Amino acid sequence: MTITEKIIAAHADRKKVSPGEFISVRVDLVLSNDITASIAIREFDRIGVKRVFDPQKVVMVPDHFVPNKDIPSAEQAKIMRDFAIGQRLIYFEVGEMGIEHVILPEKGLVLPGDLVVGADSHTCTYGALGALATGMGSTDIAVAMATGEIWMKVPPTIKFVYHGRPQEWVGGKDLILFTIGDIGVDGAISSAMEFVGEAIDLLSMDGRFTVANMATEAGAMAGLFRVDGKTMDYVNPRAHRPYTVVDPDPDAEYAGVIEYNASRIEPQVAFPHLPSNARPISQVGDIPIDQAVIGSCTNGRLEDLMLAAEVLKGRKVARNVRCIIIPGSPQVYLDALRHGFIETFIEAGAAVSTPTCGPCLGGYMGILAAGERCISTTNRNFVGRMGSPRSEVYLANPAVVAASALLGRIGGPSETR
Amino acid sequence: MKLCGRVHKYGANVNTDAIIPARYLNVSHPAELARHCLEDVDPDFVKRVRPGDMIVATTNFGSGSSREHAPLAIKASGVSCVIAQSFAGIFFRNAINIGLPILECTEAAERAEPDDVLEVELASGEIKNITRGIAFKAEPYPDFMLELISAGGLVEHTRRKLGISVSIEY
Repeated sequence: MTITEKIIAAHADRKKVSPGEFISVRVDLVLSNDITASIAIREFDRIGVKRVFDPQKVVMVPDHFVPNKDIPSAEQAKIMRDFAIGQRLIYFEVGEMGIEHVILPEKGLVLPGDLVVGADSHTCTYGALGALATGMGSTDIAVAMATGEIWMKVPPTIKFVYHGRPQEWVGGKDLILFTIGDIGVDGAISSAMEFVGEAIDLLSMDGRFTVANMATEAGAMAGLFRVDGKTMDYVNPRAHRPYTVVDPDPDAEYAGVIEYNASRIEPQVAFPHLPSNARPISQVGDIPIDQAVIGSCTNGRLEDLMLAAEVLKGRKVARNVRCIIIPGSPQVYLDALRHGFIETFIEAGAAVSTPTCGPCLGGYMGILAAGERCISTTNRNFVGRMGSPRSEVYLANPAVVAASALLGRIGGPSETR
Repeated sequence: MKLCGRVHKYGANVNTDAIIPARYLNVSHPAELARHCLEDVDPDFVKRVRPGDMIVATTNFGSGSSREHAPLAIKASGVSCVIAQSFAGIFFRNAINIGLPILECTEAAERAEPDDVLEVELASGEIKNITRGIAFKAEPYPDFMLELISAGGLVEHTRRKLGISVSIEY
C-alpha cells in the first residue's frame, strides 16, 4: 500500500484498503476557519448532538477576514468564537492567531501518520509532515466534529519524482507550479500526490509545506511527503503526543509515476487565470505590476520572508508598486523581526501586515482595482481572486515577487543585482 | 425524481471563486449567496436563471476553494441539477452532502447548447435533450452515494446512523 492507503487503513481498523473503496475513517484533527465554520456550526446543530466528539481534536482559526474587515465578517467570526469557547475547542484569538496552515504544524497539532480533515482546500498542506490531510466542505466538517468519523473514497496515488538539484532561487513554489503547468489543474483530480526524489529531499520543511499546499491546485485530494530527518527535526520539539511514521510498502501500487529533472526547472510564473499557466521566468517578457504580495498559507513562512529580505535588503520598492508582506503567524513575525527582516521590509518601502489570509482570496489588505496587476506568492490566480474581475494575478516564489517589487515589472532576483 | 429545465452552458474549470467570489463570503445564508452566483464569469446569470434551470459544463467543475457556499449558491438560485464532464473532488462531496443533484456525463455536456431544454431522471441517470431529441446515460452513483442521496444528504444520513429522529430545520 502507498502512504495514503496505509494511513486510511490504520484509521479504519483495516489490514488493507484499495483505491475506489468507500470507507469510514476516524479523524485525528478537524479544522475550520471564520468563513467555513459558521456553516459547519449550523449543520452541527442540525445533526442534533450537543458536544463535539473530542474538543482537543477540533480546531478553529479565525484567519480569512480577521481582524475583521466589516460588520458581516465580524458576525461570522463571532458565531465561530462563541461556539469554540462554549465547546472548549482549540482556538486561536487575534494576537495568537496565524494562518491556519502555518500555525497548526508550528504548534505541533498535526503529526506524521495523522488523518486530518479541514473545511479549507489547503488543508492538504500537512502532507509535508507525512500526514494524510484533505479539504472538505462545511457539512463534512460538521459530521466529523459530531462523530469523529468521516467517509472517504480511497484515492489512487500518483508518484512525482524530482531528480537532481534545484537551481539558485528555485524553491518548492517553482517545483509545484512547474508540475501543475505540466499536468494541468485537474491533472491529479481526486488522487493523492506523493513527492519524492533528490530535489524533494533537499527542500526545507518550509519548502515542502509550499509544495503540499498546492496539491489541491492540481485537483488532488492530498499531497504527501515521506518522513525523513528534516521532518523529525521539525516535529520532535513540537509534538505533545506519540506519532507514527508511515512509509510506503516496497510493492505499493501507483496509478502513475511522473519524473522531472529538477535541475532544469527555472523559477516559474503562473499567468492569469490558472495556476497551470506556468512559464519559466526567462520567458515572461515585460509585464509591469501595480502590487506585489508576499505571504499566505503557501509562502508565509520564515524561509519565504528570508528570501524576500535577501532580495529587498538595502533597496527600494519601485515608486508605482505597492508591496505588501504578511507573516503567516505571530511566531514567523517575531522570528522575522529578530532576524531584521521586518526592518529590511519597512526600509525598502513595503507594508507589513499582521497575519491574515487577507488579499489572497480578495478579502482585504490589498484588493485590486479593475485593470490592475499583482504578482503574488499566493496559490490561486483565478478571475477576480484578489479583487476586481478585471484585475490580474501572477503567481511566483517570494524571491521573484520581491525582485518584481523592486523592478516594477515581473522579473527575477538575478536582475536586481 | 424527474427534473426539467433550460441549459446555462459553461466551459472547463468553473472554480468556486467564479461560482461565489470570496468578497461575498462574509455572509452564509443561501439566498444572499444566490444573489451573486457566477457573477464574475456570467454577470447576467442571476437575471436569466429560472427555477428548475440546469448548469451544464465541461471538465473540473467546482475546482478550487472548498467553500460549501458554492453549491449552496447554485441550489438557492433555483438550479435543479448540474451536469458536467467531471467535477472537482470537494465540490462533488459538497453537492451530494447538501442535496444538490449533480451528474457526470461527457456526451450530454458536450452536446448541450445554451437554452436547450433537458429532462433528467435522477434515479436512472437518464438525461434527455428535449430540444435536440437525443438521450444520454450519466455515470451511475456508487451504492454508498445513493444511500447518502436517498437519506436526503449527509446530515440526515448521520442522524439516522446516530439514531436521532427529531428533525430540526433552519
